[in-house]
Amino acid sequence: MVEKVLKGSPKYYIWLLFLLAIIGYAFIVYVFQLIYGLQMTGLTRNTSWGFYIAQFTYLVGVAAAAVMLVLPATFHHYHPYHRVIVFAEFLAIGAVIMCMLFIVVDMGQPQRVLNIILHPTPNSVMFWDATVLCGYLLLNAVIGWTSLEHESRHVPVPRWVKVLVVVSIFWAFSIHTVTAFLYAGLPGRHYWLSAIMAARFLASAFCAGPSILLLSLLLLKRLSGFDPGKSVVKSLSITIAYAMGLNMFFYVLELFTAFYSGIPGHAHPIVFIFNGHEGLNVWLNGWMWFAVVLAFASIFLLAIPKFRNNMKILPWALVMLIIASWIDKGLGLLIGGFSPTPYETYEVYTPTFWEISIGLGIFAVGALVVTLLWKIALEMKREGGEPFELAE
Amino acid sequence: MNSSRRYFLKVAGLSTFALAAGAARAEAAEASYEAYPEGLKAHRWAMVIDTRRIQTPEDMRPIVEACHKVHNVPDIPAPREIKWIWDDTFEHAFANDPDPMLPENIENRRFFLLCNHCTNPSCVRVCPAGATYKTADGLVAIDYHRCVGCRFCMAACPYGSRSFNFQDPRPFIKDLNPAYPTRMRGVVEKCTFCAERLEKGLMPACVEASNGAIMFGDLNDPNSIVRRVLSKNFSIRRKPELGTDPGVYYII
Amino acid sequence: MYNAKFVIPGIIVFAGLFTAPFWINMLSSSHEEVKVVLPAEPVTFFGEARSECVEPREWMAANHMELLLEWRDQALREGKRIYVASDGKKWETSLQNTCMACHSNKADFCDKCHNANSVNPYCWDCHVIPQGNNHEFE
Repeated sequence: MVEKVLKGSPKYYIWLLFLLAIIGYAFIVYVFQLIYGLQMTGLTRNTSWGFYIAQFTYLVGVAAAAVMLVLPATFHHYHPYHRVIVFAEFLAIGAVIMCMLFIVVDMGQPQRVLNIILHPTPNSVMFWDATVLCGYLLLNAVIGWTSLEHESRHVPVPRWVKVLVVVSIFWAFSIHTVTAFLYAGLPGRHYWLSAIMAARFLASAFCAGPSILLLSLLLLKRLSGFDPGKSVVKSLSITIAYAMGLNMFFYVLELFTAFYSGIPGHAHPIVFIFNGHEGLNVWLNGWMWFAVVLAFASIFLLAIPKFRNNMKILPWALVMLIIASWIDKGLGLLIGGFSPTPYETYEVYTPTFWEISIGLGIFAVGALVVTLLWKIALEMKREGGEPFELAE
Repeated sequence: MNSSRRYFLKVAGLSTFALAAGAARAEAAEASYEAYPEGLKAHRWAMVIDTRRIQTPEDMRPIVEACHKVHNVPDIPAPREIKWIWDDTFEHAFANDPDPMLPENIENRRFFLLCNHCTNPSCVRVCPAGATYKTADGLVAIDYHRCVGCRFCMAACPYGSRSFNFQDPRPFIKDLNPAYPTRMRGVVEKCTFCAERLEKGLMPACVEASNGAIMFGDLNDPNSIVRRVLSKNFSIRRKPELGTDPGVYYII
Repeated sequence: MYNAKFVIPGIIVFAGLFTAPFWINMLSSSHEEVKVVLPAEPVTFFGEARSECVEPREWMAANHMELLLEWRDQALREGKRIYVASDGKKWETSLQNTCMACHSNKADFCDKCHNANSVNPYCWDCHVIPQGNNHEFE
């Protein structure tokens, strides 16, 4: 199976080389970060987490999103998804690997990462997050690989795999819930100390993750001719529309509590990320408003069937949704969480060029992993005689 | 003899065998550990700062210097500074207690900030490696050897008491105390309530340098200095509503 | 077996290369013994001038790291900062203030052996090397 990654078109090789070049560059930058420490990032004493942890948080959501296909296929026997489920699972593997890398590059002493296992501390949410992420990686690798193998040989998937699939459904919800608990249980961080944090995380994950998957599947169709099928595209975009609606609704709930109660602690971080503080110029403000515009535009296009089912409009709606949710979770969440500081002061965090370089390298690792896994899946499906084109 | 000791001796025995020396194996079995007999003991160490007696940066400087010098705290410029004890205004120190009508003498006063050595420390709760922990006498300590530098504790601390070594701190230490270690790049550090001094029978460095304006003692002992002072003076703490039960009291 | 004439020599070459360090060691002249410089002057601990290490020399050579790790955990987590050695003598559990009070010459004591064994412990990233032979601290 693995040998399938070796044979491909020149375009495929150029893509791989391109990713490897980015990874190589980012690795060199990371070696410098190892030597000179996290002073190479824009992080400070008061804003002690930033770009890396934000990307980690966003990507846990992307990983969890596979459940939006696995659940209907398993519990509701929605058959069209079976054709593409393996792609969702392999995307989840890439996402989890990126999560782990973002955690490692954020550490001051990455050589000691095994201390989390050598000295297990069940009272720490970080310990549980590491545990559920490793478990989720394993589950998706085992399920994806065995089902792919069995399908391509036209033999039924063994029973134990089906059990694991059910486990993986609950597990997917758990990974993003636990990630939300990293934030939602900290006293004194007003923006994060919200009971709806986990629900918000799941909603944003279940719109953004499937959007990335659907967009990648549409791209795959162009590149390889493998058609996910009209019903897959249709059902998935409905899921995305509902999840985005929930995501935006949950954010409105936060706004209501913050501004109707008038409690400064709840309101200040939101005011800060949208409007700055007393003339303090915050580059993020423009981004946040941009995200609001994109969010409304994407929900408008996704909610109305005429636009949603138009293959010329759908990809743009998905792109807008991905950018909007990324700004909310990948930038706003962390910056709003650390300002105001414990002394009610405000500080503007800006990621540095080096920080973004290392981040791009990790995204390239993810893209590489997903490319190779999808390549295997595609070739296996071709060998198994699965039709690439669907007459629907 | 505890189990780690037994394992240690097993390894020790094998190693000596490998060296064909065979010496000292039996004797090493009797080694043990003790606390200093003169060490100060408490069930719950706590600090009382009489802010009426330390008001200005001039009052504070020698105290901060005493702490930072003895612990090799580097002098790194903001915003990546390392601070164990420092000062700020009432508005910032007691951010949970905003008061636009503060009397002038409070408005102009500076307040010491340091680790509160909470009874329910959220930093200890979140540490994924057990690198920060609570000792039997109520100190929140950090094992710098074990810290992975994830900074979860910094996000969890509602007092901003923790500093991270974004770089090697050594070039920023002007006057090195050869009897105390420095820290290395990539670990979190903070005030220790001078655990290493208490265990040798000495009061914390800041207490010693404060001419009695900072008091230190066992909160569980009704006869301790902190209890006697607190029973006669009104005091406040930083963000007590968060349930961390901070151990630093401020007499206003 | 397919391609036996390539596979078997290949395995032999691989096995030879893989075990090369052993062959090179056997053939080359015996390794140079590391000569660490032991402290000459006695140092006072707990009011007593001492010239012997906390535990016998051979045992320390093999186990000093384990002992240091145990000292660290006892001091930091248990608050026990006195080590009662197997001969009953008491010592403060401190790398910087006990060990390096005698072994003050890091370059001639610690480094010689560590370099020869290609180990690079990070003790001195934090623990301060006594002044006078301070090569690393700037």
